[in-house]
Parts: sequence; C-alpha cells; structure tokens
Amino acid sequence: MSSALIDLVWQSTLETLYMVAVAGVISALAGVPLGVLLYVTRPGQILAQPVLNGILGIVTNVGRSIPFIILLVAIIPFTRMIVGSSIGTNAAAVPLTIAAIPFVARLVEGALNEVPPGLVEAAESMGATPMQIIMKVLLPEARGGIVNGLTITIVALVSYSAMAGAVGGGGLGDLGIRYGYNRFNPTVMLITVVVLVVMVQLFQSLGDYLVRKSDHK
Amino acid sequence: MISLEKVSKTYGSGARAVQALADIDLEVPKGTIHGVIGLSGAGKSTLIRCVNLLERPTAGRVYVDGQELTAMSAADLRQTRHQCGMIFQHFNLLTNRTVYDNVALPLELMRESRQTIRERVTPLLELTGLADKAGQYPAQLSGGQKQRVAIARALASRPKVLLCDEATSALDPQTTASILTLLQEINQQLGLTILLITHEMEVVKSICHRVGLISGGRLVEEADVGDFFTAPATQLGREFLDEFLKLEAPQALVERLLPAPTAQTHPVVRLTFSGDNVATPLISRLAREHGVDVSILQAKVESIQGRTLGLMIAELMGDAARTQDALATLQSFDLQVEVLGHVQRTD
Repeated sequence: MSSALIDLVWQSTLETLYMVAVAGVISALAGVPLGVLLYVTRPGQILAQPVLNGILGIVTNVGRSIPFIILLVAIIPFTRMIVGSSIGTNAAAVPLTIAAIPFVARLVEGALNEVPPGLVEAAESMGATPMQIIMKVLLPEARGGIVNGLTITIVALVSYSAMAGAVGGGGLGDLGIRYGYNRFNPTVMLITVVVLVVMVQLFQSLGDYLVRKSDHK
Repeated sequence: MISLEKVSKTYGSGARAVQALADIDLEVPKGTIHGVIGLSGAGKSTLIRCVNLLERPTAGRVYVDGQELTAMSAADLRQTRHQCGMIFQHFNLLTNRTVYDNVALPLELMRESRQTIRERVTPLLELTGLADKAGQYPAQLSGGQKQRVAIARALASRPKVLLCDEATSALDPQTTASILTLLQEINQQLGLTILLITHEMEVVKSICHRVGLISGGRLVEEADVGDFFTAPATQLGREFLDEFLKLEAPQALVERLLPAPTAQTHPVVRLTFSGDNVATPLISRLAREHGVDVSILQAKVESIQGRTLGLMIAELMGDAARTQDALATLQSFDLQVEVLGHVQRTD
C-alpha cells in the first residue's frame, strides 16, 4: 500500500469523523429538547399542548421521511446561507445535521416514554414544577435510553456521511465510491469498508459502556 | 386536617362518562390514622389522588390544614403539596439517584441549601433504618427497604399529612408488618395525620383509628376500627370481615344446611362476641342450664385496637324446644347471633 493511499485514507477518516462529530453534537443539542417537547406536550402530559404537539409531530415526520440524498440537494440554498458554500465537508455537515435532528428527537421521545408515569406523579405530589420534572426526573431517568439513542444516531450518521461525496464533502464513503467503485480498485474499497466497520464498532462499544455507566436500573 | 366536601370525580363525558367518586364527605382529624378500604375499582386510588389534586375533582372541595386546595392557583398548590407527603404501592423511587439523593429530592425541589438538605436527610435515614444504605441505588434494595426510602422521602419536606396509596400491597406479610410499625411510629412521634387506602383488612386492623368503606365510588360506611371489626353496618363490610377472619362454615356443612327447621334438625349458628363477652363461659352454661351440647365447628379470637373479638360457628345439639331456649338465652346476651341454617340430626 503506497503512502499516498495511506494519506488518502487517513484524510478521509478525519473528514468522516469531522462530519459525524459536527452533525452529532448539533443534532443532539437540538434533538434532545425537541424530543422532550414532543413528549411533554402530548395530551395528558405535564405540559399538554395537543395542537403544538400535532404540528411538531408532523414536522418531525416530514424531516424523517425525506430520503437523505434528496435532502442533501434540496437544501443547498439553506446550506449556502449557513456555511457560505454548497460544496465541501462543512456543506455536507449541514444536511447531515438537519436529517439527524428529527431522528434524535424521536429516539429521545421513545426513551422518555420508558420512564414510568408513577415517577412523574411522585414528583408532582412533591410540588415539582414542569421544568423540575423534566430536569430532575424525566431526563435523568431516561439517561440510558437517550445515550443509547445518540449512539444509534452516530452510527447512522457514519453511514449517511457516505453520501456526502455527492456535494464534494469527502469522507470514507466518498473515497470508497470514487476510488474503489468508479476506478474499480478493490483494495481501496476493502480498506474503506474495514475502517468504517472498526469505527462503528468503537462507537457502539463506547455507547454501550456509557449506557451501563449512566443507568442504575 | 384533611377534609373532603361533596367530592365527585367523573371521567370522560356524555354517554361514556364514568363516575369514579360520588359525593364523598370525609373528615380526618389531626394526628389520626384513617383508612379507606375497598375492592379493586371501588375508587380508592382516585379518592386519595383527589386529596393532593393529582386528580382534580369534577365537583366538591378539598381542604388540607384549613386551606382549600381546590381554589388554589397552580403555584400555590405546588407550595401546599410540600405539606402532603405521599407514598405509593410501587414506591416510585428514581432509579438513577442514590437513597440519599432520593430522600433529598423534595428539598431540592424547594431549593433548600446543601447544608439544610444534609441536616434533614441524615436523621430521616436513621429514623427509617437506612443510614447504612445512603449511597446505594434503589435496584440494590429489597421491597421493604424501597418503601422505607419512599417514606423518608415523603417526610423530607416536613409534611403535616401523609397519603399512603396501597403502600404495603406489593410487600410480603412480614415486611408489611414492619412498614406498618414504622408508619405507626411516625404517627405517634411526629403527630403526622395519615390517610391510607388499602384492600387489606390487616392494614386497617393494625394501625388505623377510623376506617371508611368505599364501594362504587361512594363511602358506604364509616366507623371506629373497633366498631367496624365487631359490627360492620353494611353487607360489604361484613364480607370484608368474613374474608379477613376466614370464618365461613365448612363447605361440607353448607351443602347440608336446610333453610327451615324440622323436628329432625339442629340449628347452626354464628356467634360474634366482643368486649367482655369473650370471657363469659357461654358454652358450658348452655350445656348446664339448657341441656344443649354445643359442637364448635370453627372459632377465632382477634385483638383489634385493644378490643377483643371472638367468632364461632357452632351446631346446637339437643331437641327442638331446648335449642330454641338456648338460642333465646344467647340472644339475651350482648352478642350477635346469626342462624346460618339447620342440619339433619345424626344422633
């Protein structure tokens, strides 16, 4: 394996990590609150707002139903507004983030759904405000489920980032397609796949470890 | 201390409306332990949730310590809830908090300082016998220990009232007894008013001063515990008592019972004694004075809130005239006599 190829793989690995990290952090920052909102505004919940809940639900579902490759191209004007360019690694991070936010939100909502309603009732009986219930009961009790959801999101982002090549975003997926597939170079194809597999394994193991550490169920 | 006035609760509306509570009037004086007993679906849980407004009544008023909860703003209600501790059947502890932090939770919600929290939590852990478990998580505790944590947590805000929602229903009999003892100590030492709901007569018998019987969303009977156990006023009360005392005639006997006496039958009676009568040597008197032999089929003596309760199912053996005399004598005493039926004599 030539040193040029090693350089290329290393460069692509960093690009993938960069896109996944940016999209992962921002989608968590936006997706967790959105997931909480989806949960607490449900009818019968602590901040029941059926109309708002319906609207949020529809927006989230729309976000989740658009195929990523279409989203990538469709939001180019928005991407240009945010990062000043529609091509490159930064430009790929924008649609990745947009796609991941509703994904995270639904996973967080699901994790909150697993918190026994009795715990919320107990907190209410102690005179907790809705905000206190969210911060001291719902989020801490759903911590394991939320960390698990974020792990799933990270792994999904690694996979989605392979499509970033379509807007010149680079990364391992792009490398595999251009060198491995288009130029029919099985070595490059194999290397990128192996690196991706190792990466996903590491993320999943780290996630599992954090879930175990954060949950005392 | 707790007062419910004409409290009703209806779920749903129109044709699908279900009335869970109807015109409940309930008064729990300061420092007493009041039990409400009923079958599943009778409205017990809804009743206790209406006291701290976890369920808002559709009609009626709720007072705790003279303040009307049903007229309060959400913020005032939250403040008042600090004065109403509550414990639950399934404990409802936060799994990701240690024992110490669970007990500290109500104080954190009241934004107390770390210092105050420590000063309050430590003695509560000692009171509930959990001092050595402070750093453990609920998953590491037994059911009884979890309920102790829940009790300590409910007491942390120094409430005037403790609401217990089936607090011992998920525990085995021994653990139940230790939790009930703890509740009794809290009542006596802290002067806390306790309202508890349960389906277990054992709980009522062990610690309650007064008891209400709920059925179909209505309080159908209310009495001092001693009176309720010796002479329940309603059929349902009697069923609860029978089930508790397990004093039913044996099945083989029930099958032989005839509704009306003939010359060839003996009466079978159920006697309920209370107070001093238990000590009276009735049986030997019947034999001596009436020449009637008494065959005891089942008997039981219980001590309830310092009062003694005796129950007996017996066959009065002798000819018809004598057994009639014996029955009349029994009825002249201060005890309850119920003729269950008559059996064919075998002598």
